Amino acid sequence: MKKSLIYIGLFLLCFNRTEAQEKPTAFINAKIIPIVGQPIEQGILLIQNGKITAVGDARTVRLSSDVVTIDVQGKTIMPGLIDSHSHIGDGSGADGSSPIQPEVRLLDSVNVRSSGIQRAQSGGITTVNVMPGSGHLNSGQTLYLKLRDDANAIDDLLIFDKNGVYAGGIKFANGTNALRTGTSNFPGTRSKSAALVREQFTKAQDYREKIRRAGTDKSKLPPRDLAMESLVEALDGKRVVHFHTHRHDDIMTVLRLQKEFGFKVVLQHVSEAWKVADEIARAKVPSSVILIDSPGGKLETLDVSYTNGAALEKAGALVGFHTDDYITDSRYFLRSAGLAVRAGMSREKALYGMTMANAIMLDLQTRIGSLETGKDADFIILSGDPLSVYTKVTETWVEGKRVFNRNDPKDLLIATGGYGASNDKEIHIDCFDEDLGGGK
Amino acid sequence: MNFRAKVKNKKAKAGRNLFSIRVYLWLSVVSIFVSVITAQGQIAVKGETVWTMAGEPIANGVVLVNNGKIEAVGTAAQIKIPSNYRIISAKVVTPGLIDARTVIGLNGYMNQPHDQMALDQSSPMQPELRAIDSYNPQEKLIEWVREFGVTTIHTGHAPGALVSGQTMIAKTVGKTADSATIVPTAMIAVTIGDSANVSGGRSPGTRAKQAAMLRAELIKASEAVRKQDEDKKSDAKPPIELRGAMMQRVLRREIPLLVTAHRAQDIMTALRIAKEFNIKIVLDGAAEAFMVIDEIKASGFPVIIHPTMYRAGGELESLSMTTASKLKASGIVVALQSGYESYVPKTRVVLFEAGAAAANGLSMRDALATVTIDAAKILGLDSRIGSLVKGKDADMAMYDGDPFEYTTHCTGTMINGNIVSETIR
Repeated sequence: MKKSLIYIGLFLLCFNRTEAQEKPTAFINAKIIPIVGQPIEQGILLIQNGKITAVGDARTVRLSSDVVTIDVQGKTIMPGLIDSHSHIGDGSGADGSSPIQPEVRLLDSVNVRSSGIQRAQSGGITTVNVMPGSGHLNSGQTLYLKLRDDANAIDDLLIFDKNGVYAGGIKFANGTNALRTGTSNFPGTRSKSAALVREQFTKAQDYREKIRRAGTDKSKLPPRDLAMESLVEALDGKRVVHFHTHRHDDIMTVLRLQKEFGFKVVLQHVSEAWKVADEIARAKVPSSVILIDSPGGKLETLDVSYTNGAALEKAGALVGFHTDDYITDSRYFLRSAGLAVRAGMSREKALYGMTMANAIMLDLQTRIGSLETGKDADFIILSGDPLSVYTKVTETWVEGKRVFNRNDPKDLLIATGGYGASNDKEIHIDCFDEDLGGGK
Repeated sequence: MNFRAKVKNKKAKAGRNLFSIRVYLWLSVVSIFVSVITAQGQIAVKGETVWTMAGEPIANGVVLVNNGKIEAVGTAAQIKIPSNYRIISAKVVTPGLIDARTVIGLNGYMNQPHDQMALDQSSPMQPELRAIDSYNPQEKLIEWVREFGVTTIHTGHAPGALVSGQTMIAKTVGKTADSATIVPTAMIAVTIGDSANVSGGRSPGTRAKQAAMLRAELIKASEAVRKQDEDKKSDAKPPIELRGAMMQRVLRREIPLLVTAHRAQDIMTALRIAKEFNIKIVLDGAAEAFMVIDEIKASGFPVIIHPTMYRAGGELESLSMTTASKLKASGIVVALQSGYESYVPKTRVVLFEAGAAAANGLSMRDALATVTIDAAKILGLDSRIGSLVKGKDADMAMYDGDPFEYTTHCTGTMINGNIVSETIR
């Protein structure tokens, strides 16, 4: 009896929580960097029901009488950061059986309680492309996640389109990572790598053609092939190809494959982008760049340069950034933009690269990436200039809910580290709370 | 000197090729001019802010350099710059940065077997391995950190074996290991923790075994030291044994053990052994140092903290960005390091690490100290480097703004009075 009362109480509490965001909330007196549009001094960001309902200042935004106001004087608000290449959540894709495994979904392996996800929230990241590794020509399907709080299962972090399909891309790699000399089915050379990828895409074209010819006659459909289905989605532009590539010649190989098969592609890492920036720009292909402390560590990245962002910007190509977390820590993601500016990129394009450019690369630009009316209320509050080493992410908001608050000691521990900071999140049962004896 | 040699070389070539007299004369003039400047290395470095690390920063400061050494430091009003001094200006001037613990030069940026010399795993106990026998002063990673203002590195054998070998201290220029090195044997690198264990039924396989093996080696060395002291009276010369000789130097307190220990219990093991044998140690890494601050403080030993931006996993799962500020606040001498990386990035940069520490509780001055004067103290070189004081080596880093800001550039690096980098980084 006692127990059932507790459950009723919990139910009511849960119910209340879902209703909590009905009132509009206005963040006032902030410097707002909307990314699309000019920065606004003393700006107002108005949100309701997880969406942005207005962005402007006292002259342009009318506040209703029931609005909840939050004064963020002296702070800066910008869109939540988007990481176009990360490995948080400890997911793993393809196994060692073959070099191309498009049927493998990262969806089936992510640990939503991983401390890495919380670290990313504390670094201001609200959307992330989590990917399988690069030791295969194709290591499987990637996953675009919203870093919402209190996720109990991967479903709680997915991004669905209007047809109920969750968003994600597909990971390819060239260069040396996938080369495994001495094995029977992995490639031993770059040419072999390209040939194997072309072979699979050619098969996928045939598979797609068979489906087209079958039309409404289900008896003529080819037998279901999970790998082919995934590649057909890539061919149709429904699944963006995220292509790990470092050296200039490998970059050119990706552009060649893209031209041949017409898939939507994002060049990932592009360590030698500065050598072929014009070619990348001419191909109208976007690049997701990583900035690390020093060149090298592997032969393919000897010539990696901080100037990649600037060179691609100058050439007119779309540039975004990524952490490749565990290679760089999500908590230092904003540093990428800072270092890119250090090497000659414009402030505007560098901040665009942390947000809108990445949204475009994930095909999510209508929902996230800028502070515009109608977009998801994904934003961060910063203590100062986004490019300063001294600036802290003080709050991270996803769809109108605060998922990180630096003033909360638990969150601060995640942000700065310390004993227990790397522990995975405790099991969360709906809205059970320790105070209510949830553990008993 | 290099530049002068180049010009002379040009002159000779010009003569051989029967260049026009005009070119010859021009080169002669340049040659004389250059030799006037570089023969005595007379340079005045002007900074809108000069962080001497000996007292408050100087606004509109001037550092006079003569023959590789600092000749005078003061405000522009105090210092009269002689007319034949070359003037270099920068927004911010700091002492050349010191990386208190790295492996670059032994490990290279290619990360291939031929350029990875910081760790030999054939035996867990190899104090006889000298760093200078692997050091490649022309390694790209050294050039890389030099361009961010790093002028001195304490490099050598890596963590990853119980006693992996010696460390050395070098300036970040030099054609040969011998010419770059300022201290050929600085410390002996010891690791206590997971990464010192070896598999396959060999030793050490546990932490307790690591401690037992280290103690056994130190006991052997202390007996040898006692015997040597006795033999001194009898003129007998003991046979030289490379491995034992190094540990005997530790016992004689001539060099410290550089103990990499991340877990709190491993730090305590290091302190326990140091006390037992009355040896000097420097704690390295020390991710969980913040849990045993009082114990470290009581020991009096300094800490070279892991890079603030290290990956938070494994033994470093509890690493904190605030460790430097907490240790500093308790009075422990603290330096930062670029550390050891097995993959990408192959090295970190202490300039960035100090910036991260400054963003997490250290004052600007204290953060700079972790990569200048306090690092020099830990390396025992604070009478020679680490601050801009008359008589010290003319090692400087120049920046076009707050050195720690991501968007600031290092505009010049000077070592021993020579401009060794003018790359804008």
